[in-house]
Amino acid sequence: MTGKIKSITNPKLNLEVLTPAEIQRLHTATLDIIESTGIRFPSKRALDIWEANGAHVDRNTSIVKVPGQIIEDALKLAPPRYVLAARNPNQDLPLDGNHVFLGTDGCGVEVLDINTGVRRMSAWQDVADIARIGDALEEIAFHWVAVSAQDYPVYTRGLHELRAIWENSTKHTQTESIYNEREARLAVEMASTIAGGKDALKVRPILSIMQCTAPPLGQDGGSVDAALIGAEAGLPVGFMTMAACLTTGPATLAGTLVVGNAEVISATALIELAFPGTPVFYAAAQTASDLRTGAYTGGGPEDFLFGAAQNKLADFYNIPLSMGSFATGAKEPNWHAGVENSLSTFMASLVMSDMLLGVGLLHGSRIWSYAQMLMDCEIFSIIHKVMQGIAVDDETLALDVIRNVGPGGNFLSQKHTLKHMREIFIPQFMDRRPYNVWEEKHDDGRDWALEKARNILNTHQPELLDDSMSLELKRIIASAEKG
Amino acid sequence: MAQSITDGEAERAAELAKQSIAMGIDPLDAINKGFVNGVNYVGDQFSCGNMFLPELVMAGEAMKAAVAVLEPELTKRGTQRTMLGKVVLCTVEGDIHEIGKTLVGTMLSATGFEVFDLGVDVPVMKVVEKAREVGADIVAMSALLTTTMVHQKDVIEALEDMGMRANVKVMVGGAPVTQEWVKQIGADGYSEDAIGAARVAKQLLGV
Repeated sequence: MTGKIKSITNPKLNLEVLTPAEIQRLHTATLDIIESTGIRFPSKRALDIWEANGAHVDRNTSIVKVPGQIIEDALKLAPPRYVLAARNPNQDLPLDGNHVFLGTDGCGVEVLDINTGVRRMSAWQDVADIARIGDALEEIAFHWVAVSAQDYPVYTRGLHELRAIWENSTKHTQTESIYNEREARLAVEMASTIAGGKDALKVRPILSIMQCTAPPLGQDGGSVDAALIGAEAGLPVGFMTMAACLTTGPATLAGTLVVGNAEVISATALIELAFPGTPVFYAAAQTASDLRTGAYTGGGPEDFLFGAAQNKLADFYNIPLSMGSFATGAKEPNWHAGVENSLSTFMASLVMSDMLLGVGLLHGSRIWSYAQMLMDCEIFSIIHKVMQGIAVDDETLALDVIRNVGPGGNFLSQKHTLKHMREIFIPQFMDRRPYNVWEEKHDDGRDWALEKARNILNTHQPELLDDSMSLELKRIIASAEKG
Repeated sequence: MAQSITDGEAERAAELAKQSIAMGIDPLDAINKGFVNGVNYVGDQFSCGNMFLPELVMAGEAMKAAVAVLEPELTKRGTQRTMLGKVVLCTVEGDIHEIGKTLVGTMLSATGFEVFDLGVDVPVMKVVEKAREVGADIVAMSALLTTTMVHQKDVIEALEDMGMRANVKVMVGGAPVTQEWVKQIGADGYSEDAIGAARVAKQLLGV
């Protein structure tokens, strides 16, 4: 059975974290940096494209300085709306500015084992198991490669990870773990196989590609080359900046927004110059580094503000956003994780970020926790409910019902109550039991979340990939391993 | 002198170093009785939470500026600063992520190590050759990607093949690096952040 997908839509809440004048100022400052300071593109193909399009290219430093007009014109070629296709069309995701879809986080390197709870190195089976559980959860709309398949050789690891997801879920897959041209070509070939050919893939891109920039003001050459291969095949591609206050960006939020924005829009413009009309998305996971260690924090008030600001920028450029919310710095599913993941996701949802990343990882996107995955889904559900706001009309004012009950009565036995009670949120992982019940058992949401994950893994039967198709994917990967 | 380090004023530190040479002060005294006090003060303040990483980095850079001025004078007098050890540092082949590696370099120099920073995307054999050339006590490698992290292992194997492993401690770092990975590839030390890295380096050499 195909699961339906839960998304935030038609919100009643909104937030103006930046005024239009402030957004314009950030944009102008960004163009200034791209034109005067430049961005490093260590990719021959990228430098050739820039040169052909009138940018100033320094082949020694790989730094490109681009007049603002070229960037602005290129960004106008990007489609404002498009659909992320799923293997099952009922699970397609319209990126139309009126939906917030949730995905898993990526790409972790360790897993808290679902049975033993012991922390260990991540492997291929984990990618498969997480995809299978994500397939069953209505909150999960699309997959990232949640953890690294470290039991497979580096050379084809990213491809085996994709196979694991496709074999276990019908939902859209966005890979963030393909870093070079060679692997990107093979990933496209695998996606074409499933979609029914290269043309079919263009119409229904079941795969999208996310690449990280290399802050400050740089790109990774292999990532840019991989993105160009994806764009050529018609896949949606996006660039994510993780420029962070103090280390890879200025201590101030506005300055760090400019650094990140310069990285993202320069790379996005490159894609449009190379392949006009390519569906692109803005991606960001900006934060402030820790004042003491300089480490990535994955949370804190700066993180939450970035979460709200970034979609304003993406809206300004009229392209969808894939936003890094969740991704707590907490070491285990605890208070720290709850606060960070709730607030970061709430802020990113208030501005209607099209895609939210991502559930399940702890310690700054390094350690996978099944309990955290399920609890993150609950956070999303709570925010989903909050975003609906308060409806005020005759039916919801319920004046007749109030009159009926009158002073001192109660509303429990009213028909109106029966009709509307299921609109009230029912938590799965909040402990609302009497105190003595808790005292006796001493269990909590973490135990129940883990139990639910185990149940899903044991019982959920996804719509499997056709055997012959699975074989074909393996053949494609094997051909690369021989070559 | 100590104040210029505490304030993170590299130019001021270099200027004071020049003045000390002009005044005939022994450069070793200028370092050990002057500038180093600033580094120690910043270190102490950092430990008790009154100063932060940017102040530590700026103090480290000011110290470097002062030492750079004093070094020719040291050589002229035939003396040498006692260093804690030699570290060859890099981000591994195929990986261009620089900031964490550079931060570790700054912290190691500020702590008193001689650091040879080879930059990013450094081929395995280049690391090994540099370690041999300078007689490194420590090889320290960073990687941000699980796909490039494997080169940390390659360097360790190359050090073994060249018969150098017994004389060199290996430190690894980077977001995907874990204690288990350290064990698996047979490295000697690991830290999640730059300050910890300086501590680990001292422990490894017993200094």
